Amino acid sequence: MSETEPVIATPPHIEDVEASVERRRAARATRTRVSAVLAPTGLVIALLILWEAGTRAFGVPAFLLPPPSAIVGAMAKHAPLLAVATGVTTLEIVLGFALSIAVGIPLALMIFLWPPFARAVLPLLISSQAMPKVAVAPLLLVWFGFGLVPKVLIAFLIAFFPVVINTAVGLAAIEPEKIHLARSMGLGAMDTFLKIRLPDALPAIFAGLKISITLAVVGAVVGEFVGGDAGLGYLLMVANGSMDTQLLFAGIVCLTILGVALYLVVELAERLLIPRHIIARDPTPGGTF
Amino acid sequence: MSAVSSTPAPSPYLHLHGLTKVYASRDGAVRALDQVSLSGDLDDFISIVGPSGCGKSTLMMIAAGLMPPSSGVISVDGKRITAPRTDIGIVFQSPVLLEWRTALGNVMLQAEAKRLDKRSAERRARELLAAVGLAGFEDKYPHELSGGMRQRVSICRALIHDPPQLLMDEPFGALDALTRDQLVVDLQRICHERRMGVLFITHSVPEAVFLSDRVIVMTPRPGRIDRVLDIALPRPRTLAMRDTPQFAHYCREIRDLFLARGVLREH
Repeated sequence: MSETEPVIATPPHIEDVEASVERRRAARATRTRVSAVLAPTGLVIALLILWEAGTRAFGVPAFLLPPPSAIVGAMAKHAPLLAVATGVTTLEIVLGFALSIAVGIPLALMIFLWPPFARAVLPLLISSQAMPKVAVAPLLLVWFGFGLVPKVLIAFLIAFFPVVINTAVGLAAIEPEKIHLARSMGLGAMDTFLKIRLPDALPAIFAGLKISITLAVVGAVVGEFVGGDAGLGYLLMVANGSMDTQLLFAGIVCLTILGVALYLVVELAERLLIPRHIIARDPTPGGTF
Repeated sequence: MSAVSSTPAPSPYLHLHGLTKVYASRDGAVRALDQVSLSGDLDDFISIVGPSGCGKSTLMMIAAGLMPPSSGVISVDGKRITAPRTDIGIVFQSPVLLEWRTALGNVMLQAEAKRLDKRSAERRARELLAAVGLAGFEDKYPHELSGGMRQRVSICRALIHDPPQLLMDEPFGALDALTRDQLVVDLQRICHERRMGVLFITHSVPEAVFLSDRVIVMTPRPGRIDRVLDIALPRPRTLAMRDTPQFAHYCREIRDLFLARGVLREH
C-alpha cells in the first residue's frame, strides 16, 4: 500500500487464507446466533422498562394499565389460581387439537383418495369456515352444557380446517415422476403411500398443524368466554368484571406463554420427524379462519 | 444363439409395434405418436433423438408400461406388456430422489420395493455408488450433492436389481457439458460390464451417436420414425473419437435430416 515499499511481500499460502476465512465465518456465525437471542430479549426488556417508567411517571391508575411489576406481583399472589386455570385451558386446547388431527387427517385422506367425496364435501367445508365459530358457541352450550365438551368442540371447530386443507394439498402436491418411479419399481400402494407420499406431504401437514395449535388456543378461550366456569378465559372474564386489571394482565401473560409453549411442542415434533433441510421448504399457504 | 436352437428366428427382447398415442386435451386431441415400431435385443443400446414435443417421453412411458398406448402393442420376450415393467431400471431427466433419504437410502428404495435381502443389497448399493465415484457420499442428503452426483445416485438406484434393460429419458439434459461427458463415458462402461440393453432418449445428437448401436430419428409432432441409423463405430468408444470423420459423418446425417424436416433452419 505504501509508496516507499516497491517489493510485494510473498503471497500467503492458500492454507492460511482458508484458515482465516474459516475463522471469520465462525465468528460471523457466533455473532448471528448471539444477536438472535440478545436482540429480542433486549427489545422486550427495553419495552418493559419504558412501560414501568411511563406508568409511574404519568401516574396511570392501576385499573387502566398496571406497571409490569404489579402484574408480576399479581401473578405471584394468584399463582395457585392461575396454575389451576392454565391446567384447565391446556386440557381443552390439547383435546381440541387432538380431535382436529383425529378427524382432520382421515378427512383429508378421504378427500385425496376419493374425488367424488372431495367434490361433495369441499364446498361444505369451506362455507363452514366462513361461519364465525363464536356464533355457534352458545348453541354448543345448549347441547353440551357448561363442562369440558363444548370448549373442546369449539377449539376443534376452529382448529381442524388448516389440518384438513394442508394435508389434502400436501398429499396431492407430489411430483408425478415420484409416483411413476414407485410404479416402475413395483412398490405396492401401501408402501408408496408410507414411503413416498406421506413423507413428501409431512412438511405441508406440519405447516397446517402449527396454524391449528394457535387456533385451538383461540377456540378454547372463546368457549370459556361464552360459557365457562373454569380456565384462563373464564378467569379473564371474572377479572374484567371485578375491574382487577392486574389479574387480567396476569391471565393474558399466562395465555401467551401457554400458546407459545404449545406451538414449540408442535415444532419440536416437526424437528424430530423431518430432517431440518426439508422444513425450510414449507411450500403450502397457511390456512386461515 | 439361434444356431443350435430349432426354433425360427428368435423374437427380439423388446418389440414395440404400431404404437399410436393421442392425448385428449381441452384444445382438441393431441397426436403424440403415430405408428411407431421398433425392436431391440437384450444388449442393444438404442437412442431416440428428435425435436421437443415429438413424443419421445411418451414413447418411453409406454415402453416402461407406465402408460397404455392408444393403439399398438408392446411385448417383452414375446409376452405382451399391460402393466408397469418392474424388472427394468428407469432414469428420468430429473433425478427424482427422495429428499429425506440419503444417497444410500435412495438407492435402497429399489431394493426395498423388490424385497431384496437387505444386507447384500446394501453392500451392492455401496459398490455401485463407489463405481460411479460417490464413495464417501453414501450418507449425504440430495441437497448436499451436485446435480451430476444426484443423477449418478438415480442411475445406481436403477441398477441395483440388475435390470435387463435401462430406460433413460434425457438423463443428462440438465447437466453441464463436462459432467455430461463424464457420465456418458461412465454409462458406456456400465453397459459394457453387464450386457444390458438401453433405450436412451435425448436431443443431443453427438451423445446419441457416441453411446448407441442404433439411433432412431423421430419427426416433429406427431412423432414418427424418420430414419434408423446403425452406428458402426468400434467399442469401447473414446471421447477423442468424436473428432473422427466417421463420427462427424453420422452427426451430419442426423443434422441433415433435421434441416430437411424444418426442425433446424439456417436462414
